[in-house]
Amino acid sequence: MAGASQQGGFAFDLCKRNEFFEAKGVKHPGFTKTGTTIAGIIFKASARLGIAAESHPAFASPPSLRLCTPAFIIHWHAMQWNFAIQLPSLTHACPSPCCYHQDGVVLGADTRSTAGTTVADKNCEKIHYIAPNIYCCGAGTAADTENVTGMVASQLELHRYATGTQSRVVTAMTLLKGHLFKYQGHVSAALVLGGVDFRGPHLFTVYPHGSTDSLPYCTMGSGSLNAMAVFESGYKDDLTREEAMDLVARAIRSGIMNDLGSGSNVDLCIITKDGVEYLRNHEYLQAKTYERQFPQKFASGSVPVVRERIYDIKKVVTVVEGEPMDMEA
Amino acid sequence: MQPRPQSHSAALGPGCTGPSLANPTPLAFDHQRQVAQAPSCGAEAFAVDPAALANGQPRKHTTYPYVTGTSVLGITYKDGVLLASDTLGAYGSTKRYKSFDRLRKVNESCIVGAGGELSDFQYIMRLLEELSDDDFCMDDGHTLKPAEVHSYLCRVLYNRRNKMDPLWNSLVVGGFHAGKPFLGTVGMQGTNYTDAHVATGFGNHLARPLMREHHRPDMSEEEATALLHQCLKVCYYRDKNSINKFTIAKVSAEGVTISEPFALETEWRYKLFENPAANAAGAW
Repeated sequence: MAGASQQGGFAFDLCKRNEFFEAKGVKHPGFTKTGTTIAGIIFKASARLGIAAESHPAFASPPSLRLCTPAFIIHWHAMQWNFAIQLPSLTHACPSPCCYHQDGVVLGADTRSTAGTTVADKNCEKIHYIAPNIYCCGAGTAADTENVTGMVASQLELHRYATGTQSRVVTAMTLLKGHLFKYQGHVSAALVLGGVDFRGPHLFTVYPHGSTDSLPYCTMGSGSLNAMAVFESGYKDDLTREEAMDLVARAIRSGIMNDLGSGSNVDLCIITKDGVEYLRNHEYLQAKTYERQFPQKFASGSVPVVRERIYDIKKVVTVVEGEPMDMEA
Repeated sequence: MQPRPQSHSAALGPGCTGPSLANPTPLAFDHQRQVAQAPSCGAEAFAVDPAALANGQPRKHTTYPYVTGTSVLGITYKDGVLLASDTLGAYGSTKRYKSFDRLRKVNESCIVGAGGELSDFQYIMRLLEELSDDDFCMDDGHTLKPAEVHSYLCRVLYNRRNKMDPLWNSLVVGGFHAGKPFLGTVGMQGTNYTDAHVATGFGNHLARPLMREHHRPDMSEEEATALLHQCLKVCYYRDKNSINKFTIAKVSAEGVTISEPFALETEWRYKLFENPAANAAGAW
């Protein structure tokens, strides 16, 4: 893969220099971490023969809906593929079980990035693109998560050109863990990696030292315990897409409300075989109750006029009309 | 005759543990108990014994806990207060004492739960028992109110912290007095507050979010118990130092009931837990 060192193995060239500095009393720069709540969940609603679909507003338009037949499913999926991103969120439209086999991953994240005790970015994006079918939430040092995910995304794109196939989630996971292990935890990126490939939906956590877990539900970041409490009390087998979205949103909200390092808004990303739905600011929690208009608009007549002075500029300025200057030379 | 309880540090004098009612006060530290409600144990003013210091004996402080309890959860409901905890006294990572009651009754209107160093909790219970015994002996119909117990424990813990010798506990005080539920917590530094729902230790991160989501002041006892069960289950899933054996203590107008230990149904066999490395060789 591009980026491997020439000699292989670890490079410790600068360690002696750093030790020398530390012995002389130079304080090393610390890491500015970002507190975070990130979470992911796999949903696998099995196919149901649904008559509820008829009353279903999203399916109200033809083809006519009766019992699911293979032909119908393929047709509906074909429709959805074309409108994967633009299709309005099915959450509002789908309270009853859906009439098709739907597996996928829901990833969630808050949007607060902190530098020490200050909030650096009130609305940052923590769900990073890795491949069209793979996204990754990042917690820990913001620079590390951004660069590591960007690096792996580039590597995977080259790999896709070389192989001509869709990227697999395990490939992304292996690249990430190899890179992080090589740096022995100094690249402080704790990631929740999720995606759907030809083998189905996958959800992994990648820890800064390079270990991984393959789990149906997971959380990372400073708000991870708060979010995990919601998951542990709400997770069950065979969640539907809407239940999964609701559970992840609740978990992220729990992190935002109960953890100081997490805050602002909830981002969601739903990945299925048919495409990705990136719901940026799915829940907007940082709305101000009062927004001041800028610039201030004062209705005319609302301000009393104290004094009026009119300057006639024509008396002090000479207006000369003539040919415009030639700028082309 | 019982031996006189010694302070664990000679230089500190009897300021940490003093003679109880049954034992005579030494002449050197003659102390008249002016206030009937003050316990004699620990009641003497903080006095450093210069003789002991001169001997060169080292001053001992609690630096870290040995046998510990984890989180204690507490919520108020319509008719009272519920406290919950597991029954584990852990010795580091070992599950050493699996039947330790971390929820104890103080009097008919007050219960106390503790996490942290359990020997310090037993000392705290001794202090509270002395106070309750004094009330009993006074026999005037008054007992310590839960807010008084809470306030007393704050002062004890804060004063020990100021002596740089803390009682290493996170306490939860729950009670029901004059028709109103009371729930408060005291930390080992003396930090204290009262709230409609409290948790110590890991419970702060795991149980508090669930309580904030689901708690209402007018919950019925069944709803409150169900909420506590949910919180206990999550704490058991995600806290290493816990066991699946819990007790719940209830205070209401009828008095105090501490339940028998019980276990909760836990789910370990989600479908997707099986064979996690199916599509990820090397992952686990």
